[in-house]
Amino acid sequence: MSSVRLLVGTKKGAFILTSDGTRKQWDVSGPHFAGWELYHLKGSPVEPNRIYASQTSSWFGQIIQRSDDGGKTWHQPGTPPGEPTTTLDGMPKGESNKFVYDTSPETGKPLTTHQHYDGTQRPWEFKRVWHLEPSLTEPDTVYAGIEDAALFRSGDGGQTWQELSRLRDVKGSLWQPGAGGMCLHTIVQDPTNPQRIYIAISAAGTFRTDDGGKTWRAINRGLKSPYELPDPDAEVGHCVHRIAMHPTRPNVLFMQKHWDVMRSDDAGESWHEISGNLPTDFGFPIDVHAHQPETVYVVPIKSDSEHFPPDGKLRVYRSRTGGNEWEALTNGLPQRDCYVNVLRDAMAVDSLDPCGIYFGTSGGQVYGSASAGDSWTAIVRDLPAVLSVEVQTLL
Amino acid sequence: MIRVVLPAHLRTLARVNGEVTLDVKGEVTQRAVLDALEARYPMLHGTIRDHVTLKRRAFVRFFACEQDLSHESPDAPLPDAVAMGTEPFLIVGAMAGG
Repeated sequence: MSSVRLLVGTKKGAFILTSDGTRKQWDVSGPHFAGWELYHLKGSPVEPNRIYASQTSSWFGQIIQRSDDGGKTWHQPGTPPGEPTTTLDGMPKGESNKFVYDTSPETGKPLTTHQHYDGTQRPWEFKRVWHLEPSLTEPDTVYAGIEDAALFRSGDGGQTWQELSRLRDVKGSLWQPGAGGMCLHTIVQDPTNPQRIYIAISAAGTFRTDDGGKTWRAINRGLKSPYELPDPDAEVGHCVHRIAMHPTRPNVLFMQKHWDVMRSDDAGESWHEISGNLPTDFGFPIDVHAHQPETVYVVPIKSDSEHFPPDGKLRVYRSRTGGNEWEALTNGLPQRDCYVNVLRDAMAVDSLDPCGIYFGTSGGQVYGSASAGDSWTAIVRDLPAVLSVEVQTLL
Repeated sequence: MIRVVLPAHLRTLARVNGEVTLDVKGEVTQRAVLDALEARYPMLHGTIRDHVTLKRRAFVRFFACEQDLSHESPDAPLPDAVAMGTEPFLIVGAMAGG
């Protein structure tokens, strides 16, 4: 029988929630890595028991953790559980938390500074891993989205990391941090073309490679950011919050921007707005139904300065028409006095039928719907603030 | 032997309980102690000082003999009591709320 596994990252640890295919009864394990911020956990599509986790702390920096048994045990890649942490001659076995920006002449001495809030140039400084995206085909290959914004790749299961540094060639000197930092938070792989990857950065925009990361270009035509960017045709600088794709239609992309919900039908070459009748078009997450490529979900948030739902009502909005026409999904969600936020990586869909959809809040609730959003229940209510939610459908 | 006290999160990462003891060659400085610590516990690379610059992370402090040594040169000798192993070198997570 099929089952689902939710990987929940919070401000104070990770939690793993499991259920059978009915998605009615849930087991909760955790906190894993108690006291640390778990920005993101994600499983390999080809080896579901291989899970990568970003464990981070303002005190002690970045750790990469990996599980090879579905989250029961964890280790830092390069140091399997129970094995000595050094080689016979005392050398470290792995450097799984070492993210060093590429400045090598071989790759053209990539840019070393970006724009700061005050307009001055500042050096790129590694802060944390926001997002881990395992390869669709290779269990040992995983991408990491970094603050300050950069894309790293590991080909050895997270043990060592190399930057795909040509991304910073794309007007990197003009990128600048948003309020949450200058983070690369979204990595979307084209399942039909392993050379094509989309990424998104706050506040730089969306970028695409068609050659596996050797070269990149900005794909932000049609985005409008009049309150942040005076130039209506600005190539970079847009505050993209999240991109979603349905795997059967990789050229169709949906975007939740700082303001505006957007859509592209040509692999990001151009974008048009689909905010339609949403009560506000500000928000963070966006996702697509597992079986209906024109069914899209967002969680509108009041504004950039008021990160909570309008009117104290927690509402997921669903469009069955690929945008513009949206319906509020409220059954089982609090409809008064609710002032939580839902972050960009904190929503996910499973691939069962009916499609399950899940999201976590800054108030520590994880809500789930086994009916594609028609009704919701709180799977857990009192976790630390939720940073990310991913789901694995296990067959 | 040099005695080092790690904060709880780093003890978990290093899979140790209580103090760790290190054999430090030559002059006993912050840098020498941290080099020896990271060689023995490589999973602590990057958690106390930056991988590249080797600068102390902002929210990490070094104490010993009731003194805050965080702003001392990494190459300054540590107190004799630390070098002789009668007092531990304390690596502390700074108070920062949250």
